[in-house]
Amino acid sequence: MNILHAHGSEAERLAGIWWLMFGLGAGVYAIVAGFIVWAIVRNRTAASDGPSDNTWIVWGGVVVPVVILGVLAVVTVQATSELRRPEANALHVEVVGKRWWWAVSYPGTGFVTANEVHLPAGRPVEIGLDSDNVIHSFWVPELAGKLDLIPGQHNVLRFTPRKPGRYIGECAEFCGLEHARMGFEVIVENATDFDRWLARKRNPPSAPESESALEGETVFQRQSCAGCHTVRGTAAQGTVGPDLTDIGERSTIGARTVANTPANLEAWISDAQYFKPGALMPPIELSNRDLRNLAAYLETLK
Amino acid sequence: MAIIDQAPDAPDAATLERIEHRWLDAPGIPGFFTTVDHKRIGVRYIYTSFVFFFLAGLAALVMRDQLASSNNNVLAPETYNALFTLHGTTMIFLFNTPVLAGFGNYLVPLQIGSRDMAFPRLNAFSYWVFLFAGLLLYSSVVVGHPPDGGWFAYVPLTDKAYSPAINIDFWGLAIIFVGISTTAGAINFIVTIFKMRAPGMTFNRMPVFVWSMLVFSFMVIFAVPAVTIAAALLEFDRLFGTAFYTPGAGGSALLYQHLFWFWGHPEVYILFVPATGMVSMMVAVFSRRVLAGYVWIVTSLVSVGFISFGVWVHHMFATGLPALALAFFAGVSLLITIPSGVQFFAWIATMWKGTVELTVPMLFTVGFLLIFLLGGITGVMVSILPFDWAVTDSYFVVAHLHYVLNGAVVFPIFGALYYWLPKMTGRMLSERLGKVSFWVMFVGFNLTFFPMHILGIIGMPRRVWTYSNGLGWDTLNLIVSLGSVLFGLGTGITLLNWAISLRRGRPAPANPWDADSLEWAVASPPPEYNFAQIPVVSSRHPLWDDDGAPAAVPVLADAAEGRDPSVRSLALEGAADKTTTITSGRDTRPFEVLEIPEQTVVPFVLALGLAAFFAGLLIEATVVGVLGVAIAVAALLRWVWRTDMDRA
Amino acid sequence: MTSFAVPTTKRSYSTAWWGMAALIATESMVFTVLLGGYFFLRASALQWPPGGIAGPELRLSLPFSFLLWGSSIPIFYAEAAIRRGSQRGLRIGLFVSAVMGAGFLAFTLEDFHDVTFGWRDNAYGSMFYVIVGLHALHVFAGLGMNVLVEIKAWQGKFRADCYTSVEVLSLYWHFVDAVWIFVFLSLFVSETWR
Repeated sequence: MNILHAHGSEAERLAGIWWLMFGLGAGVYAIVAGFIVWAIVRNRTAASDGPSDNTWIVWGGVVVPVVILGVLAVVTVQATSELRRPEANALHVEVVGKRWWWAVSYPGTGFVTANEVHLPAGRPVEIGLDSDNVIHSFWVPELAGKLDLIPGQHNVLRFTPRKPGRYIGECAEFCGLEHARMGFEVIVENATDFDRWLARKRNPPSAPESESALEGETVFQRQSCAGCHTVRGTAAQGTVGPDLTDIGERSTIGARTVANTPANLEAWISDAQYFKPGALMPPIELSNRDLRNLAAYLETLK
Repeated sequence: MAIIDQAPDAPDAATLERIEHRWLDAPGIPGFFTTVDHKRIGVRYIYTSFVFFFLAGLAALVMRDQLASSNNNVLAPETYNALFTLHGTTMIFLFNTPVLAGFGNYLVPLQIGSRDMAFPRLNAFSYWVFLFAGLLLYSSVVVGHPPDGGWFAYVPLTDKAYSPAINIDFWGLAIIFVGISTTAGAINFIVTIFKMRAPGMTFNRMPVFVWSMLVFSFMVIFAVPAVTIAAALLEFDRLFGTAFYTPGAGGSALLYQHLFWFWGHPEVYILFVPATGMVSMMVAVFSRRVLAGYVWIVTSLVSVGFISFGVWVHHMFATGLPALALAFFAGVSLLITIPSGVQFFAWIATMWKGTVELTVPMLFTVGFLLIFLLGGITGVMVSILPFDWAVTDSYFVVAHLHYVLNGAVVFPIFGALYYWLPKMTGRMLSERLGKVSFWVMFVGFNLTFFPMHILGIIGMPRRVWTYSNGLGWDTLNLIVSLGSVLFGLGTGITLLNWAISLRRGRPAPANPWDADSLEWAVASPPPEYNFAQIPVVSSRHPLWDDDGAPAAVPVLADAAEGRDPSVRSLALEGAADKTTTITSGRDTRPFEVLEIPEQTVVPFVLALGLAAFFAGLLIEATVVGVLGVAIAVAALLRWVWRTDMDRA
Repeated sequence: MTSFAVPTTKRSYSTAWWGMAALIATESMVFTVLLGGYFFLRASALQWPPGGIAGPELRLSLPFSFLLWGSSIPIFYAEAAIRRGSQRGLRIGLFVSAVMGAGFLAFTLEDFHDVTFGWRDNAYGSMFYVIVGLHALHVFAGLGMNVLVEIKAWQGKFRADCYTSVEVLSLYWHFVDAVWIFVFLSLFVSETWR
């Protein structure tokens, strides 16, 4: 999650700015700290030797800072005017911040997921950011700077991902109890792979085949799951919790709280509070058999 | 009337003792609740602030225990969130601001040659309000509902919908309440500094610390209303169901941020300015020469006061405001570096041409310089708008803010303790313990906060109660946590030093540091009346004559024979009558007499009434609230009725 | 060498007056911040006032505003009166101003009663009630101060060369009137002219 491992257009620009500032800052620090230390340890021969008071103040306090700040001001204005601009052929993604997860959708495709954003490398993206509750902030350090999700205000984050890979994101605005467990992943793929992925996602998941998964589907429909969750192509159309249409393909549960394995899935369903105290999903009491089947069913949703 | 610029024969001890007796507070409990003496109140501010400092510091240590390793379970998330809320709120509102006001309270009348503040009862009132506001906030801990929305308490998180319990109301009401204290103090400082300077102490000769308290006070006057309104509108939304911050009903979540930060940014300079005032005093004394660039420094302080009101949006760079607006604020944020740079090099110039003496206060001052230099540099970095998008709300900003609010404010405060406590208590602190404390604090500070820059760069966000393993954050967090223990230990050593010195410290002479300002002209601790005879000032450094050697302070020798009562109040008669002199603003001619009020319990009762009012709002008990208002109104009437402004 | 002649008889304001001036500075900021917030919400809103509420009327509010502003005149008169030693002029001026101020306060309460929206309905209602209400609270406090000074006047506590309480009240009262200029222009006039 290093902002200096820049793999997106904005992150690259910001890393460049960092190194410029770091160079200037380190240089200024070394020189000025040197003056301080020297002033303390030096032996004075006469009260009048060395630069006069006004020389120190005018050069050190005004002239040199104005020059350095002038350079930085130019850099600021330039970078600001070039970053986050609308571009042609941008891919649109919509992200809505929830407590404490991310609702992700691709307008025009009908595809909705949670906590994972797939993006194509080399193509500009426009990520719409909204919230229907408190303020959150979308931050994937290795691709771009952050932008807030503010209720009543539609923000748009624009950049071009460069290198395929899996990038971790965090919520960067304190949003309550489990702000710390509101991570997400951005998966960047080359253009062809991405198009293929998106095409696949336009279709709802295929029906489960194994016996265990079929039984699991029954458990899902019988329990209160549909009250909060959606699975495309089924009767479950709840909107309180994350869309589970492709939960089987996601790498984590609970917005990067735990890895997505059948065992973890079972544990999460029976008591999400154990992993993420305060999460809005209540404990669900099920027999071990039901749990196992339910998890098997969910793992088929891809 | 001619002036003699040497001290006339000193008044005899018996006379002075009689005058002292006239000024003394009643002993014990009655005196405690009724004092209006600025020195007692100033010391009280300092002690109370430090209690809050250690409470907030303890909170930080517990937080660091939780964060020392990934996926840790020392604390539940709600506890952690409450701790960081209390830590920030306490450090800003209940430590940094009041402790500086406390030093100001103690030192300003002495440094300007006055026998008290312009409004001694208002002074007492400010202290009691501060204490009660702090108690109001911490009562939340006692009842198990500490505020947990962060010290900045953004809506909609802190709206009733997402924070239904009473926790946030403790925060909101305490903030509004403590603002009354800060504002009353600021009004007091402004009028005192304008109207009570000794004859001859024109603005051009005023000590830099007094200038810094003047700038502090003006900033408070214009900034505090914004946070008061921010919190008040939040409380209206929470308690009465109004819609100020409700997006669906014409309100705006961003409105809160604008209101909060319109105060929030000036606030950090409100803290920084008096701290630099203290540094300016100590740098000169411990370089054994006058401060370089007095006019530059004063101009910088005043400019910072103005410019700091034009940068608040830089706390909102990631909110999606239009780029043009953001760029303006980025530009002004870069600009504000210049006055700070000017001060910095004035201090370097002072040390360069002087002979630096590394006493404990000077060690803390040098520590401040090295720390603030880095804090200022990272401040420039985050002013660069696009870069801020990378690091805002990450540990990089946590590092920056602690370098400036801890390093650049707390280190001068600790230096000030070693420098001025001897004046206040009459006892020196141990140099040896002081040096140990400094080094432990300095090393501990940097171990704690430097790695946070790196943590921010490698992606760690703020305000997280825990973090996953495998992100590369574990080792650095461990170092930070160990550093924090060291830092805490360092501050504890000074506390120990303070306590020991009260009993066993070497008795302090009037001027242990051979310093130049007027507080060093009187004994340590000063007599109750400060100055038997109010001095006449003819330079910026009244105790240093042209040769730099300490000199006796000149007084108006024939003041006692002056026909005008204001001139007579300069003399011993003024002290005997329990008065001090009001001088005209521009040319400091004595022109009126201020009769120092007798000690009274009314300020305490007024503060108590207000506390009851806020408590009534908090627990939604109308009877308590109305009773509080009634008590407050009664106390206020009593206060102004007997005010001897109009002679019968 | 400095020298101090006996101060001239040119009066300067007392510390109490300067304290009130500083208080007024901070209170002005309170209203500035609130009005700033009002305009901020107005600028960000799709519809203002929201929910199709009619803007405030000027038929009553205008004349009563002039009543309030006019109440500064008897205060000027009262100060001039005591300055030339007229106790009676002082008392009359104070009294007339208080009556006019009370009239304005009565109008405010009536206005709250008449408006068709509540302070919980939306942000506009919240702002309107809080800003006008806060100002009314200041008027109420000013009336209280007026009563206090009136009582002191009847007790003969003021002289031609010493009338600090009157000066302090006068400063405060003019401030309250000045604030109403800005509140009235922002909340009443500018809404009617949009």
